Amino acid sequence: MKSVIAEDLVKTYRKGSVKALDGLSLDVTEGTVLSVLGPNGAGKTTTVRILATLLAPDSGRATVAGIDVIKNPEKVREVIGLSGQYAAVDETLTGWDNLVMFGQLYHLGKTKSVARANELLEKFSLTDSARRPIKTYSGGMRRRLDLAASLIVRPKVLFLDEPTTGLDPRGRQEMWGVIEELVKDGVTLLLTTQYLEEADQLADEIVVIDYGKVIARGTSDALKKQVGGERLEVIVEQNQISAVAEIVERVSGASASIDEGLRKITAPVSSGSTALVEVLRAMDTSGIHPLDIALKRPSLDDVFMSLTGHAAEDQVVEVAKKARGGRP
Amino acid sequence: MNGITDALIITKRQLLQLARVPEVLIFSTIQPIMFVLLFRFVFGGSISTGAPGGYVQLLMPGIFVQTVAFTLAATASGLAEDMKKGLIDRFRSLPIARSALVFGRTLGDSTLNIVVLFAMGLTGFIVGWRPSSGILKISLSFILLLFFGYALSWVGIYAGLSARDARVVQNVSFLITFPLTFLSNAFAPTTGMPKPLQYVAEWNPVSTMVAACRELFGLKIQFGVTANSFPSSHPVTMSLIYMVIIMVIFVPLSVRKYSTTANR
Repeated sequence: MKSVIAEDLVKTYRKGSVKALDGLSLDVTEGTVLSVLGPNGAGKTTTVRILATLLAPDSGRATVAGIDVIKNPEKVREVIGLSGQYAAVDETLTGWDNLVMFGQLYHLGKTKSVARANELLEKFSLTDSARRPIKTYSGGMRRRLDLAASLIVRPKVLFLDEPTTGLDPRGRQEMWGVIEELVKDGVTLLLTTQYLEEADQLADEIVVIDYGKVIARGTSDALKKQVGGERLEVIVEQNQISAVAEIVERVSGASASIDEGLRKITAPVSSGSTALVEVLRAMDTSGIHPLDIALKRPSLDDVFMSLTGHAAEDQVVEVAKKARGGRP
Repeated sequence: MNGITDALIITKRQLLQLARVPEVLIFSTIQPIMFVLLFRFVFGGSISTGAPGGYVQLLMPGIFVQTVAFTLAATASGLAEDMKKGLIDRFRSLPIARSALVFGRTLGDSTLNIVVLFAMGLTGFIVGWRPSSGILKISLSFILLLFFGYALSWVGIYAGLSARDARVVQNVSFLITFPLTFLSNAFAPTTGMPKPLQYVAEWNPVSTMVAACRELFGLKIQFGVTANSFPSSHPVTMSLIYMVIIMVIFVPLSVRKYSTTANR
């Protein structure tokens, strides 16, 4: 059962001069987490905004929980939760005020809204700060409250647009903990992120997007395999490079690449740990002690690099700006 | 029915904001009171009005109208702030009528006007303002003032949604409201203006509102070349016509703008 389906979404800004989405398609299976991974300006936010009925696509179609987002946006709004890049809550009000207000706007009625607010504050460890204005909250607390606000009616599908962007490491860990809890409860989640680590940690499946198109999809492991298997890396003294390169090539049966500057020898290996032990033994026999030796699995950064030809951190600032209508 | 409840929840949110940050209410009340006192005592002595009871009788309606006209700025910047914070996105993703938020906000900003008008009236009374028309007409003029503020609040919605940056909104709305309130009969007789300006001032909705309030407070006064013109002779009718025009234009315009405006 697919909870979210997007087909061939196209969205241009500035009368067609900037293409934010260029035929993007994706789907999310019910009860799973899909991470949409891409650099700034790739079209992540635009995708979420279309699926959450905040923006109409120029063409293409999309359904959420089986409901057409273009034809029946009101119905879609009843079954989704959305938490964006900013903590979209009223900062002058307290956390409790906010949740009760949103509960009432979901037509829960006063009594139920209050009960649900208390429940969510408890769940997100915000009970102690419930009566303080949000202004006084830390970044992590604000995001948690924002997330709580998007969960008031137990949405069938939850959209989280870069839930940890701008948080410090501790805030990010807390947020991940909270999201993992939700996933355990079986929520269907579409999460955008520019952090490869985050996608790796939280998602069942990842789609990588760049310039408004999906350029790869699969599980984290599958994507890593796409780049290749494990690599052996050895760092040694300058005068030992050639000797070690010879050993590494013999064991791996592949040609080693040598970085003279870093004094690093790298080669792809098939059965990683066996190769590691063999190389170490051979080096020991020759009386060579490595400064560093490691078995590396490709990171999602490597995946991104090999798929797009540029690193994920490349801020495609110009495109990002235009996608938001040229505003800073 | 739900739509009305939703709008009222949004209104309640604004009142709750006032309760949480009472400074906002305090300062938005102090400012018009300060205007009353400054105009009364600084200009009061040098502006000869011919009005019975002195300058303060002429001034109070003017200051009332100016204050409610500033609702435009309050609405615009409040809305722009919500957009900047992303709050509008959240509201738009909720299963509520898209018009509920804008209706709720205009209502909330007008509610604040009740408190402010009351405080100003009290201050005016202390410094010598004595409306002579009786409680019914005085109440009518306050209702008229609230409606005028409400109508302008809709212009504020449009301004707030149109601005590219929240910081610009405040400036733009002052650029609209200052000429509007000063190019009028609000603070001084228009007699001293160049003739063409007197006509502009005469047809200015702020002037017709001020004239309407003066009439309802029991002060019959007309100025210069425009005396006996239609807006001078029928200020209440003319004001009502203006309000209807403003609402007919800006309510649908603002609601539509709100439904289509993306967050920035």
